[in-house]
Amino acid sequence: MQRLLKSADVTGWLLAAPLVLVLAVFLILPVVMIAVVSFWQATEFSIVPAFSFENYEFLFGSAVTYDVFWNTFRYALITWALTLGVGFTVAYFLAFHVRTLTWQIALALICTVPFWTSNVIRMISWIPFLGRNGIANSTLLSMGVIDQPLEWLLFSDFSVILAFVHINTIFMVIPILNTMMRIDRSLIEAARDAGASGAQILWNVIIPLTKPGIMIGTIFVLTLVMGDFVTVRFMSGSQSANVGRLISNDVGLLQYPSASATAVVLLVTVLMVVGLLLRLVDIRKEL
Amino acid sequence: MKKNHYSRRSLLKGGAAALAASAFPAPMIWAQDIKDITLRQFGTGVSNLNEVAAKVKEDLGFTLEMTALDSDAVTQRAATQPDSFDIADIEYWICKKVWPTGNLQAMDTKKIANYDKIVGIFRNGKLTPESTIAQGTAPHTVGFTSGPGGTDFVAEESGWMTLIPTIYNADTLGIRPDLIGRPIESWTELLNPEFKGKASILDISSIGIMDAAMVCEAMGAIQYGDKGNMTKEEIDKTMAIFTEAKKAGQFRAFWKSFDESVNLMASGEVVIQSMWSPAITAVKSKGIPCVYQPLKEGYRSWGGGIGLSANLSGVALDAAYEYINWYLSGWVGGFLMRQGYYSAVPETSKEFMTADEWGYWFEGKAAAGDITNPFGDKLAGAGDTRDGGAFYDRMGKVACWNSVMDENQYMVRKWNEFIAA
Repeated sequence: MQRLLKSADVTGWLLAAPLVLVLAVFLILPVVMIAVVSFWQATEFSIVPAFSFENYEFLFGSAVTYDVFWNTFRYALITWALTLGVGFTVAYFLAFHVRTLTWQIALALICTVPFWTSNVIRMISWIPFLGRNGIANSTLLSMGVIDQPLEWLLFSDFSVILAFVHINTIFMVIPILNTMMRIDRSLIEAARDAGASGAQILWNVIIPLTKPGIMIGTIFVLTLVMGDFVTVRFMSGSQSANVGRLISNDVGLLQYPSASATAVVLLVTVLMVVGLLLRLVDIRKEL
Repeated sequence: MKKNHYSRRSLLKGGAAALAASAFPAPMIWAQDIKDITLRQFGTGVSNLNEVAAKVKEDLGFTLEMTALDSDAVTQRAATQPDSFDIADIEYWICKKVWPTGNLQAMDTKKIANYDKIVGIFRNGKLTPESTIAQGTAPHTVGFTSGPGGTDFVAEESGWMTLIPTIYNADTLGIRPDLIGRPIESWTELLNPEFKGKASILDISSIGIMDAAMVCEAMGAIQYGDKGNMTKEEIDKTMAIFTEAKKAGQFRAFWKSFDESVNLMASGEVVIQSMWSPAITAVKSKGIPCVYQPLKEGYRSWGGGIGLSANLSGVALDAAYEYINWYLSGWVGGFLMRQGYYSAVPETSKEFMTADEWGYWFEGKAAAGDITNPFGDKLAGAGDTRDGGAFYDRMGKVACWNSVMDENQYMVRKWNEFIAA
């Protein structure tokens, strides 16, 4: 017994066991259940065990599905590009322009202030601001910039993306800042000594070294946006749809099997995207 | 340890005393026990009001816990989590979905004191003997079951009710008269390009499809066999017309909760939309003009009632019956009618309303003085009459009831596509 416990193999397994157990019960099992239920059938008020491809047939047979998946990707890509732009700039400023550590920490903390309220509240507070008679429109009107209220400010793709960027930029800032802080400053000095311009340093030194942070931020933002349904529902006034809304509508109408089928397809899609991203940068090696 | 201090038998023994006591609103003999009882009620926000719970505590002594959810969530919970509630306050079309699960128990009408005074709509379907029954899931069609333990629906008054009717109303479109500036008379106006980007419809499929059908029928675009039970082709055609309008930018937004509809209207984002009566009231009480516009094609009506969980038994079940009898005895009816709904037993509510309130809300007469809702907001002044007029005018012009169709699943999927389109 003593010898058994001392063997490296057994200790390793025992140490890993709690995590394996937790993941198995709370992650693997539910996902397997979802996959199983996706082949079941639903009646008005109950779900019936079966093995049928009907849910998938309906999903892939409907033109709306493709539109909605395309829409989901579109939201994800635009949000990604904008959060990357904003996030990288903020992180760059914090890492290289703010001199003292105290200020860096203070400013980084300020970036997290919006997190003190729930993201739903942060999002909904845009609605009175952007409305037809909202603050944005009345300000622009009184400044004489426009003479008709801008309709596209609210309940449009614009407002959806705005809310997404607002909510998710922090997930870009933190990992990028984290990697930037660990860049050896002497590398930048060396580049400068070798005659590199600011742009060249950015492109050839900082960006390559920040890649893992960018990649982690990218994974955060893409998965959050692709899995979201609340933001799209409220900011589009229920007029636009992404896959998350498709699932939530199905769940609301007790169509669990069809919701599961959509969830499985979404899960596979997101895993493929993440897999692709991980191929581009070996996060483990770079960290 | 015994669960209850009183068994059924000892309760029956005390029955005579209880009968005597029930003649007075005084505490009953098991008052001490009933005080410890908590009944968990859930339903749509419409009638799940804290004032009702407070009054129950005052009049009956037991605790009523209220949870308000949207219609979809209510259906889901009633169908899938029978242990999570004692009383379900649901609409009749939800009942059609939930009753067959056996999660609710049939109620003995003999125990309902005011059963004979319940309006005809909930008993034989006819408001007055001459009335024709509207399309859709009319309440009486899902109001009775064959007996205790039944999971079916029967056409006649069998003595076993699925839901005890509590609240109902006739719905129509809400408009902002100040922003529209001309009379609105027909459901077709919802899709009138004049209101492009300023219209809204509710995103609850079973109700939204009916509003959509009212519009399509009024436009003359579709002749329905039965709007409340459409064929697949009728569903396709209806959704095609609405999808086209959506793509053309007719709708500003869709709403799912009561508050959303109020905000859309009050902020002027929307000038014409599907709306519920208290939402109109809420907009008006902000001092913004808003009319619940009667339309020539008639109303889309709905009704709600209280169902008892199959798990209720013993003292808790007795408390639930007491609650139901109290509900129909007038106070709640008056409370609801002063917000613009109707009570299932209007005559008992009359005692809890002033003559002027009764005249305004029920008889369609001009108000003699200010009409306020139970929360003290002024809704109308002297000389105003209710939109649509008297009870018999409004409930007599019902064109269809909220419903669940045979092709419901197909409709739900199509509705989902419409929202996603």
